[in-house]
Amino acid sequence: MDLKEKLVSSFLAFEDGLDLDNPVHEVRSAAIKNFEEKGFPSKKEEAWKYTSLNSIQKVDFSIFPKKETALEYKDIKKYFLHEIDTYKIVFVDGVYSSYLSETTHDGVDVCLMSSAFSKPMFRQVIEVYFNKAASKDESLTSLNTAFSKEGAYIYIPKNKMPKKPIQILHLATGNEAALMLQPRNLVVAEDNAEVQIIERHQSLTDNEVFTNSVTEIFAGKDAIVDYYKVQNDASTASLVDNTYISQKDSSVVRVHTFSLGGKLIRNNLNFYQNGERIDSTLKGVTILGDKQHVDHHTLVHHAQPNCESHQDYKGIFGDSSTGVFNGKIIVDKIAQKTDAFQQNNNILLSDKATINSKPQLEIFADDVKCSHGCTIGQLDEDALFYLRSRGIPQKEAKALLMYAFANNVLESVRIPELKARINKLIADKLGVRVGFDL
Amino acid sequence: MAYTEEELKKELETKEYEYGFYTDIESDTLPKGLNEDIVIAISKKKNEPEWMTEWRLEAFRAWQEMEEPEWANVTYKKPNFQDISYYSAPNKKPKYNSLDEVDPELLDTFKKLGISIDEQKKLAGVAVDIVMDSVSVATTFKKTLAEKGIIFCSISEAIQEHPELVKKHLGTVVPKKDNFYAALNSAVFSDGSFCYIPKGVRCPMELSTYFRINQAGTGQFERTLVVADEGSYVSYLEGCTAPSRDENQLHAAVVELIAMDDAEIKYSTVQNWFPGDKEGKGGVFNFVTKRGLCEKNAKISWTQVETGSAVTWKYPSCVLKGDNSIGEFYSIAVTNNFQQADTGTKMIHLGKNTKSTIISKGISAGQSQNSYRGLVQVSSRADNARNFSQCDSLLMGNRCGAHTFPYIEVKNKSAQIEHEATTSKIGEDQIFYCNQRGIDTEKAIALIVNGFSKEVLNKLPMEFAVEAQKLLEISLEGSVG
Repeated sequence: MDLKEKLVSSFLAFEDGLDLDNPVHEVRSAAIKNFEEKGFPSKKEEAWKYTSLNSIQKVDFSIFPKKETALEYKDIKKYFLHEIDTYKIVFVDGVYSSYLSETTHDGVDVCLMSSAFSKPMFRQVIEVYFNKAASKDESLTSLNTAFSKEGAYIYIPKNKMPKKPIQILHLATGNEAALMLQPRNLVVAEDNAEVQIIERHQSLTDNEVFTNSVTEIFAGKDAIVDYYKVQNDASTASLVDNTYISQKDSSVVRVHTFSLGGKLIRNNLNFYQNGERIDSTLKGVTILGDKQHVDHHTLVHHAQPNCESHQDYKGIFGDSSTGVFNGKIIVDKIAQKTDAFQQNNNILLSDKATINSKPQLEIFADDVKCSHGCTIGQLDEDALFYLRSRGIPQKEAKALLMYAFANNVLESVRIPELKARINKLIADKLGVRVGFDL
Repeated sequence: MAYTEEELKKELETKEYEYGFYTDIESDTLPKGLNEDIVIAISKKKNEPEWMTEWRLEAFRAWQEMEEPEWANVTYKKPNFQDISYYSAPNKKPKYNSLDEVDPELLDTFKKLGISIDEQKKLAGVAVDIVMDSVSVATTFKKTLAEKGIIFCSISEAIQEHPELVKKHLGTVVPKKDNFYAALNSAVFSDGSFCYIPKGVRCPMELSTYFRINQAGTGQFERTLVVADEGSYVSYLEGCTAPSRDENQLHAAVVELIAMDDAEIKYSTVQNWFPGDKEGKGGVFNFVTKRGLCEKNAKISWTQVETGSAVTWKYPSCVLKGDNSIGEFYSIAVTNNFQQADTGTKMIHLGKNTKSTIISKGISAGQSQNSYRGLVQVSSRADNARNFSQCDSLLMGNRCGAHTFPYIEVKNKSAQIEHEATTSKIGEDQIFYCNQRGIDTEKAIALIVNGFSKEVLNKLPMEFAVEAQKLLEISLEGSVG
């Protein structure tokens, strides 16, 4: 039985354990229908031209983990940003771990989707926001919607700001030979609210994990949302990360994606600007080796006038890794005075590495400033020579230059400890210690 | 300040197609429809050898299996391929020694088009091989070329007189099964040009052909083959205008360029097919396959100015097979009213130290859609490949669209690829600057558009640059405010 059949047939069993009177039930049913019709995307589809999910579909994943696993904080401490105090929402094999988590209802709601689905006090928010930004057409998003049950639920009311950043950690213990996870997150920042979120997926063993995650983010007027995605998973973990962001007037949403590990990562990052004077920032650093594959698929839809978007993706590709960047900017007829910028710079370190880049512009308004740039090249020989002539060994010199290359993206990280952590991860990835933080 | 934006727009909309007229020449037309018999009939009419007939039939059989491509960013009513007549040739087809012998009506047509054969002969030194509804009518300067060993004739003539050359090269760059329209063209191509430059010869003049679609309901299937042997150089010009028609006309041409070691081919096009009227009715469908193959140290340079056609689907490409070869693509695509253009290039880097440059300027006005679609591919063996791409779009009015779809696929670490694209409108400050210095708005716009397209216009040969500039003016004057 292939994965699609398995998923479709297990949907009934999944629904059995849930409240069928809940309005979400209909959303799920419609979603599974769409997935059944469309199936997994194939390379024949333009959006999946460079990324194949064939190998994933051959694996016999367990869809519902059988037992809970207790983990000790000290074993997983390193996956947290433990230097600062944060709210934590931790899932172990897709199941919420209250022991490792720290949630709150003090002024803001930082809790679980499962309770948001079931408790009447959250019903209104779920009705207004759940599945409103996510695509009803895209098959993997539908698949997630159909099985949406657990994930992080973050609700920040008007003019509020949580006391500390929020960390979402998904851990896979490896108790199952192959595990499929489908977390579903909802982040709502009402007018003038602010929130910082760090999300990480981590597999603790070499057993295969496939995560199909969907996050919906709603930013009200003047709201500020910072979302950091740290992707540094084991080389047997695959991740399809779908993020849908809906912004209102004068809101600011920044999404940083750090792709440093994993077998196959596909990031679908979609911004919908439903108001004026919106600022959207999409940044990413990708450093890959081995046979890793990362596909950044971004969409910024400018639907209203006077908005801005900034995209900056840097990639360094070694060994037999593959990098894909597919960025799309759509500017509607009425979205005059749009300022959209998109940049994708890549460095290839090996002859077996591949980069496929497809920056697209679709523009229907005339009074706009839209540009994109894409480069593929090597480290500057002169700069390398300069450093080496000053006594810096080749390896360190190269790493320094790569740091500098990626630094643009790190600059806008607003949590210093996170920045330091990412710096360290990059240093580890490059295999050097440069002896200072950038 | 003579014009307001509204007035300018109005004037532009009512700007009728200047070359919209119809010459009544008796034509020898095959019945509508397409099947193996028609393919054989075309081949027979042209008195082709058996291998050619067989070649066409193979292409036809392949075509039947193929499906029309739908990936391009254009929408149109698909042509009914059984409702097209696949062959039409002017009936009176004598050989001329001088222009006096040419059908006066035909000469009149050219006069309206502004092509004076005499003038071109005298002033520009251009040999004009005029193709009117697929059959070459007048060929000039053949003698001068013959002295150098250059063959420049219609492709049907080449099939008769130089079968070995045609057989060797035809379909090597664009295989007959390459794509839907290339296969269709391979099966039914009626005529076109053939050009062969021998080893080490530098073609002393610009070679040019004018294509026209004339007969109502006649598809035009041109086939061009240019072979530049080792160390040779040729500059080839192609220009098109077509008369006004309500019914959509199909144009599916194939152009193959072969640049052998150290050779250089410069291929320039000015395309001004009938774009349809201001309601978007009528106009030519232009589905063209153009590709060049570069051997060692060879260079192919495509320059195009696209102002016409209702739907354009065109990607002049370079296969940089030989080491140190160079590919260039310079394009201006202008769309107005309801025109749709999906055009760009492909640069396939296979050899070492290959270089390519892409400069594409898109200008959209009215309710038109203008897309750039390009591929830069670097294979794992293509060390030190270098590409620079620049795609700029200029939007005039808020009912048009400009799109960019660049594909960049790199498998070699020594590759250096740069791509940049911008979309903007003519800046108010730019116009203000000009106004301030006493240049009125319309002139200022012409100036700015000219500057915007200059990089490409500069690449055109003299004779064409003038014409192209004129075309740009006609297509665009008054479309911005």
